[in-house]
Amino acid sequence: MTEIIIMILSGVGAITILLASIGMLRMPDLYLRLSVTTKAATLGVGLILVSAAFYFSNVGVTSRVLAIILFITITAPVSAQLIGRAAYLVKTKMWKHTIIDELDGMYDNNGTLHGTETSEPDANESKE
Amino acid sequence: MQKRFLLNVMLTLIWVALTGVFNYINLIIGFVISYFILWIISRNSEDRRYFTIAIKIVGFFFFFLWEMLRANWQVAYEVVTSNLHMKPGIVKIYLEAKTDLEITLLSNLISLTPGTLVIDVSDDKKVMYVHGMYLQDKEKFIDSIKMGLEKPLLNIMR
Repeated sequence: MTEIIIMILSGVGAITILLASIGMLRMPDLYLRLSVTTKAATLGVGLILVSAAFYFSNVGVTSRVLAIILFITITAPVSAQLIGRAAYLVKTKMWKHTIIDELDGMYDNNGTLHGTETSEPDANESKE
Repeated sequence: MQKRFLLNVMLTLIWVALTGVFNYINLIIGFVISYFILWIISRNSEDRRYFTIAIKIVGFFFFFLWEMLRANWQVAYEVVTSNLHMKPGIVKIYLEAKTDLEITLLSNLISLTPGTLVIDVSDDKKVMYVHGMYLQDKEKFIDSIKMGLEKPLLNIMR
């Protein structure tokens, strides 16, 4: 019974990571690559760690697995958000089929981001 | 509420010490038993927020796990099939979450569901810019974030 659970968990985890790496190749721009890879990799690593916990099945390994999963889920989205924001600030090109960009022209010269009122369209031209 | 939680943890440790078996199954059993004991004891007191919130947190955890698996499946389908039929873009979402902790948790949850990525939060903390993969219907996308993630989260936090 435990063997079957371990097989399913680690198999699904490996397939998820494989799909994430295929997505890394196939996605057309940086934002889509980010949004495919970070989450799929988080889920895959989590599943493989859980299967390791089932395999060893003692308290020491299991608590370490839980701690690692907790910290991965806390830190991975933050780093993805920071990479995405930095990419937007240096004006990485978006895919040509991108249909809407409501963030366009919302940064002003001082680097503050406005929520409701729009600043002039090319205000972030001088941003470094 | 914090007092109830600490009492619950203490009773769990006592259960583990008395049974003498230290593993996760026994810890969970002890937690559930002491949770029920506390629930029965404080049936007549007015501070019962801990008991509803604990159930809500467990429910939200499984709900989020299900959402994450579903979205992962959608993205996996997109990656494997040959032609890309997605409509990405950045949309503006007006926040109801006010404090820093709420906004951080919400943006973590949004970034954890595949296909969505928080780019930035405005400096006055009123608007969040989210990069989404499937924006055929913009209203539906915003609704799915506001109803599916923000509302349950605020239910728990407030």
